[in-house]
Amino acid sequence: MTAALEMRNITKEFPGVKALNDVTFTVRKGEVHALCGENGAGKSTLMKVLSGLYPAGTFDGEILIDGQTKHFHRIKEAEEAGIAIIYQELALAKNLSIGENLFLGQEPSKFGILDWERLYKESERWLKEVGLSDVNAEQLTGSLGIGKQQQVEIAKALAKNAKILILDEPTAALTEQEVDILLGILREFKERGVTCIYISHKLNEVFDIADSITVLRDGMTVGTYRTNEVTEDQIISMMVGRELKERFPRIEAMPGDVVLKVRNYSVMNPDIPGKKVIDDVSFEVRKGEIFGIAGMMGAGRTELVMSLFGSYPGRSTGTVEIEGKPVRIQNTEQAIKAGLALVSEDRKKYGLVLGMDIKSNMTLASLKSVSSAGFINHNQEVANGNSYIRSLRIKANSVETIVGTLSGGNQQKVVLGKWLLTAPKILIVDEPTRGIDIGAKYEIYNLMNELLRQGVSIIMVSSELPELLGMSHRIMVISEGKRTGEFKAEEATQELIMAAATGGKER
Amino acid sequence: MKPSSDLSLEQSPNTRKINWFKVDVRAYTMIGALLIIWVLFGSLEERFLSATNLSNLFLQMSSTAILAIGMVLVIVAGHIDLSVGSLVGLTGGIAAMLNVWYDWNTVPVIIATVAIGAAIGFIQGWIIAYRAVPAFIVTLGGMLMFRGILFGSTGSVTIAPLSPSLRTLGQEYTTDIIGWIIGGAGLLLAGYLALRKRASRIRYGFAVEPNSVSMLRLLLIGALILGFVYLMNSYKGIPVPFLMVVVLALIFTFISKNTTFGRQIYAIGGNPEAARLSGINIKRRVLYVFVLCNTLAAISALVSTARLSAATMSSGQNSELDAIAACVIGGTSLMGGSGTIVGAVIGALVMASLDNGMSVMNMESFWQYIVKGGILILAVYIDIYSRQRKKTA
Repeated sequence: MTAALEMRNITKEFPGVKALNDVTFTVRKGEVHALCGENGAGKSTLMKVLSGLYPAGTFDGEILIDGQTKHFHRIKEAEEAGIAIIYQELALAKNLSIGENLFLGQEPSKFGILDWERLYKESERWLKEVGLSDVNAEQLTGSLGIGKQQQVEIAKALAKNAKILILDEPTAALTEQEVDILLGILREFKERGVTCIYISHKLNEVFDIADSITVLRDGMTVGTYRTNEVTEDQIISMMVGRELKERFPRIEAMPGDVVLKVRNYSVMNPDIPGKKVIDDVSFEVRKGEIFGIAGMMGAGRTELVMSLFGSYPGRSTGTVEIEGKPVRIQNTEQAIKAGLALVSEDRKKYGLVLGMDIKSNMTLASLKSVSSAGFINHNQEVANGNSYIRSLRIKANSVETIVGTLSGGNQQKVVLGKWLLTAPKILIVDEPTRGIDIGAKYEIYNLMNELLRQGVSIIMVSSELPELLGMSHRIMVISEGKRTGEFKAEEATQELIMAAATGGKER
Repeated sequence: MKPSSDLSLEQSPNTRKINWFKVDVRAYTMIGALLIIWVLFGSLEERFLSATNLSNLFLQMSSTAILAIGMVLVIVAGHIDLSVGSLVGLTGGIAAMLNVWYDWNTVPVIIATVAIGAAIGFIQGWIIAYRAVPAFIVTLGGMLMFRGILFGSTGSVTIAPLSPSLRTLGQEYTTDIIGWIIGGAGLLLAGYLALRKRASRIRYGFAVEPNSVSMLRLLLIGALILGFVYLMNSYKGIPVPFLMVVVLALIFTFISKNTTFGRQIYAIGGNPEAARLSGINIKRRVLYVFVLCNTLAAISALVSTARLSAATMSSGQNSELDAIAACVIGGTSLMGGSGTIVGAVIGALVMASLDNGMSVMNMESFWQYIVKGGILILAVYIDIYSRQRKKTA
C-alpha cells in the first residue's frame, strides 16, 4: 500500500539555524499518526512545510501524496491536495453562523449569489459527520463551547475534502469530556479511512488514539514506532534525549499557618445578571503548600482565581483573609500589594508584552522596586532581570532579548520571574505548563518547589490531572461554580477527582 | 530552534551588553533618509542648503514637531488624537484674543493657554479612558467642535498683531553668544550624563566601554552641536521655537525611557491585558497621556501663532495629520507599543524638508500634498516590509 503522505529528507534552514535536518516522515493511509517532540523540535516547522506556508523551494526534500510528488507554492495548493491543518488557536469567525464558517471561501452560490438553502442543508450533513447532529447550523459559532467549535473546525476541513487531517495540540483547551468526544470522532474517522496526523504533548492521548508515533528531536527524526511496540517512558526519553527519573518532583508539604482564608465566596457572572460563576466557595491555603484546584473547563476555576486577584469583571461577595487580616481586593494593584501574584492561563494574552524585552516584562509588576520617585534605574532593572534569568535558567542572549522571540517554556519562565519580583506570599498559577515541553515543565515544577521552601504558598489550577495529582498537597474540586470536594494528596485519584468534577455523580 | 544562543548565559553572570553605538538601526535609517532628501534638494537648488533656508526649515518644523512629540505618547498607548490641529487653532485663537483684545501680558497668556490645553486634554482623556469611548470618535468630535468654537468666539476674523514679547516665542533668535553658551551647556550635559552612566554601571559591576570610545562619541556629539550652532549663528542665531523643540524632546524622551509612567505607556500599548494584570492603572495613564498631548498642542499653538503674529481661522488645519505622519515616518507603530520621540522629531523634519524644499524650488503647492502623501505610504511600506523579512528570516 502506498503511503498517504511521505516527506523525504526535508531540510529547512533559517539563518544560523537548521530547523529541520533531513527529516523523513511517512504516514500510512487511514492511520492516526502522532508527531511528538519537545517545543522547538521542529514539529510546527514540518507542518508549515507540508501546508505550503513555507513554499516549495524554500526547503530541501520531497513531499509525496499518494505516491505523487507535490510542490506546494501556496497554502491553497496544499488544501486542494487534501491537506487540512487544525491549529490550536481555532480559525473560526465567531460572529458568523456555523454554516457560514463551514463553507467559508467556498460558499455554494449561483452567479455570486449565496444559496443559503443548500449551505445549511449541506452543513447539517457535515456536522453530523463530526457528531454535532444536535447543533443548529444557523447558530452563531461563538455561542458554542471550545470543544464544539473544534468539531466545527474539523467539519470545515471535511467539507473542504480533506484527505489528511492534521490536528495541532487539539486538546490543549478541552476538558476531559470534550477530549473523549474528540478521540471518539477520530476513531470513527480511522474506520472510514481518513488519515490523521496528531500533534500533542499529552502522551496518554497519543497512546490512546495513535497507531504510529514519530518522534522529532532538535530538527531530526529520532524514529517512527508502532504504538504497541513502545512505552510512554520510552517516548519521553526519546523526546528529551535523556531519562526522566520522575515527572513530578513533589516535595513534602511543610504546612505552616493559614495564609489565605476564603469564606463563602461568590462571583457574579458579568454578562448574565443573577447568574453566579462561583457559588459559595470556602477554602484555606497554608504556608508552604501547593493547593490544587481541579474542575472542568468552564467550571469557574479561572474565574475564581481571577476574581481573588481583582481582575475579574463580575462582582464578588464573601470574605477573604490574608495572614489573618481581612482584605478587600478590587483591582490588581491592590492584589499585588496584598501579596498575591497570578500567572494566568494564557501567557501571550495576559502575561507578556511580546514586543518588549525580558527585563521590561519582568519588572512590569514591580516597577516601584527598580525606581525612585518614578524614575527607573536601568542598571538595577538589568541586575534584577539577570538574577532571574540565571535562577530560572531562561535561555536567552541577554535581558534585552525581545520576549516574543523566546520559546513557550522560556516565556513562561519570564512570567514567573515577573511575579517572583513582586515577592508574593501567595502565587496563583493557572495552567502553568500549558503548551510547554516536558523538560521545561520539569523545571517549572522544581521552581515551584523552591518557592515552597522559601515559604511561598502556591495555588495551582490545572486541567492536567496527572500534574495536579503529582504536584499538589491538597486538591479542591469545583463543578459549575460550586465546591464539590477536597482531597489530600495521598487519597486523591483521577477517578475521585473526575467524579467530583462532574458534579459528584458516578460517570 | 535556536541552539546557538543557549550558551551565553551560564558564563556571563553579571553582563549587561555594551552596545558601542546604542542607537537603533531605524533611527539611523531615518537620519539617512533625511540626509538623502537634503542632498537631493541641495543639488537641485543650492539655496536649499543655505544657512538662511535651513534656519527657516527648523523654524517651520517646530510647531509640527511639538505636536508630534505629544502624539507619539498617544499612539504608543494605542490611541489616536485627531483633535490637535483644531486645538492649535482654538488655543492659538484664545491666546491672541487675550493678548490683543484684552491686553493680557505675555506670561499670563502663556499660562492660560497651556492650562486650557491641559483642561481640554483632561476632558477628552476622561471620556476616552473612563467612559471607554474610542479615541478616534472623541477626538474627531473634538476636532469639529474646537474649530467651531474658534469660529464662533472670534467671529471668524483674524486677530493681530500680537504684542512684541509674545511674538518672541515664534520669531526670535538667540544672539551669537547665547547660542554658543547653549551649545556649550548641551555638550557639558552630554558629558555629565555619560560620566554618571559610567559610574552607575561600575557600581552595579557591569562592564564599561573603554574611555576612548566614550570620548569619541562625545566628540561626535560635540561636533554636531557646535556645527549646528555655527550654522545657525551664520544667519540670525538659533530660532527660539527650535530650542523649545529640543528641550521638549529631551524631556519627553526622558519620560518615555526613564520613568515608570513612560514604561507603563509602552506596556499598555503593547498588551493592555498584560499591563492591567500587572497592576497598572490603565485608565489613569491614558488620561495623563491625553493631558500631555493636548498641553503640547497648546504650546505648539503659542509657537505658531507667535510666528505669524496672528491667529487665523485656518491655523492648525490638517496639522494633526502632519503630526501623525511625522510619528509614523519616525517609526511609531499605529498598533501601539512602539515608537520614539526622536523618531517623531526627525519625521517632522522630513515632512518640513519636503514642504520647504519644494517651495524653494517654486514647485506648485499641489505637489507638496502628493509627494508628502507618497512618502508617508512609502515609509510605512518599507518599515513593514523590513519587519516581515526580519520575522521570516
